[in-house]
Amino acid sequence: MLNAVYRLVAPGRFEVEFNQVRIGNKNVIVRPTYLSICNADQRYYQGRRASEVMRDKLPMALIHEGIGEVVYDAGGNFRSGDEVVMIPNIPAEEDEFIAENYLRSSRFRASGADGFMQDLISIAPERLVRLPQGMKRHVAAFTEIVSVSVHTIRRFGLFAHARRNEVGIWGDGNLGYITSVLMKAIFPDTKIYVFGLDRNNLSGFTFADDTFCITDIPKELTVDHAFECVGGEGAPKAINQMIDYIRPEGTISIMGVSENPVPIDTRMILEKGLRLFGSSRSGREDFEKTMEIYNKNPEVLEYLSNLAGNRVAVHSIPDMNRAFESDVHFGFGKTVMEWRV
Amino acid sequence: MVYGVILAGGIGSRMGKAEKPKQYLLIGSKPILVHTAEKFYIQKRFEKILVMCPKEWISHTKNLIKKYIPDADSIVVSEGGETRNETIMNAIGYIEENGGLDDDTVIVTHDAVRPFVTQRIIDENIRLAEKYGACDTVIASTDTIVCSDDGHKISEIPDRKKMYQGQTPQSFKAKKLLELYRGLSEEEKEVLTDASKIYVIKGEKVSLVEGEVFNIKVTYPYDLRVAEALLSEGDDIC
Repeated sequence: MLNAVYRLVAPGRFEVEFNQVRIGNKNVIVRPTYLSICNADQRYYQGRRASEVMRDKLPMALIHEGIGEVVYDAGGNFRSGDEVVMIPNIPAEEDEFIAENYLRSSRFRASGADGFMQDLISIAPERLVRLPQGMKRHVAAFTEIVSVSVHTIRRFGLFAHARRNEVGIWGDGNLGYITSVLMKAIFPDTKIYVFGLDRNNLSGFTFADDTFCITDIPKELTVDHAFECVGGEGAPKAINQMIDYIRPEGTISIMGVSENPVPIDTRMILEKGLRLFGSSRSGREDFEKTMEIYNKNPEVLEYLSNLAGNRVAVHSIPDMNRAFESDVHFGFGKTVMEWRV
Repeated sequence: MVYGVILAGGIGSRMGKAEKPKQYLLIGSKPILVHTAEKFYIQKRFEKILVMCPKEWISHTKNLIKKYIPDADSIVVSEGGETRNETIMNAIGYIEENGGLDDDTVIVTHDAVRPFVTQRIIDENIRLAEKYGACDTVIASTDTIVCSDDGHKISEIPDRKKMYQGQTPQSFKAKKLLELYRGLSEEEKEVLTDASKIYVIKGEKVSLVEGEVFNIKVTYPYDLRVAEALLSEGDDIC
């Protein structure tokens, strides 16, 4: 079957191309319904990746956060019409110790393989997770980024010492918001402090125990552990501030993506005996855990729905451009494309 | 109930020296007809998909379907008619004989040689045919359309804003289409180029579904080259 793939061919330019999708093999055919734009997609769209990266990756269909409806499954695991979230990681092997999202052999949609901006997605059944009934689709669309936070928090649970009275989260953007909401749900007895730059954004973190502007942090404040959800140019300052405010033997979880190497105060890391660990992407177990959290904690979905503020119906390539352009100007929250091409 | 009707009756006389009818030529690794049939096969709304082809190509078509779409019980290969509309009437006849024809039966008729049709276009055809009784897939004309009565001089240049190019699918309430067709005179039948015109001649409304520029009809050798060019090389997902 000839399948329309809407690929980014150059910054700001989408074109339709076709691939061949086989039916009747083990893969499930899914029609995307709601797709959410991530910063990583914007970096490609705006040409903010290094020129050799752009040359190497494009043309490529963007979007790795999305849900869809099962159209056809020869394997019989799913019925037509089942609503599913699609896992963008494509593992090629299993490893006893290394998670699927860290295996160098894995591919990732909208990075090393075409993303979800297609008419139909041919996808392995184990890369699909059923959505809870009645879940708002605009919120379900960005489940992938939620699962990334879930993944990091699970690792935090493994790596961080057990005194978790106060945890600081640096970053007042989408990732900081999602991570804070989930930390509050998973560790309800832990005090969550959010550190950011934008007072308007910070005012939205009503579930947190306190919020602080990074230029005005009380000197006596300290935290047991910290999460970095800043990335980019702000990452060096954020990480060094975390090193300053964290107590000895605390754990710093690095989640923000930076294009450039980040200079950090290693002397103080040594002196305080800190642990820094990085996390990226997520795997099937994290998606399943996310669904559990959705089912058990309805307030999480309520808080997440506050993020789904920019919704764009997409019928054509000009609509795709409109969605990406409006996302640039949309400060806080997620842009979700209602995929009707 | 909703039926897909794939019109594979053409003999491909415009395809130059192609030995086979154009619907049996390959795009990528499969015949054009198979690409099209697969698009219909995965649509859950279709009770059956009728592939209407020339009598002498029925066995070949059945073999192709069996080879590429195993266990496709919902696909039936049947004989087309002398003309496009006779072929559609044969399809309705099949539905009637097999007990599926009532006032709400919808047929989504589609050219076998338009393999780039999307699920959105098929979905909207079903939705609008169920709602309004008939619909036609079109794209806004980018070229100015020129009319000539004698083939030598321009007789009219219509306003381009009102001009659309017809594609397929064209979808109808089957029973109504049959009744309207039976009510046409022989002269009226002679000027029919497609099924929507049956409705238009009889003053019935046909709503529009927005098509896609790439939903091309593979008619000429040039089209086949365009179709191959649209397909990214070596891009076959398992």
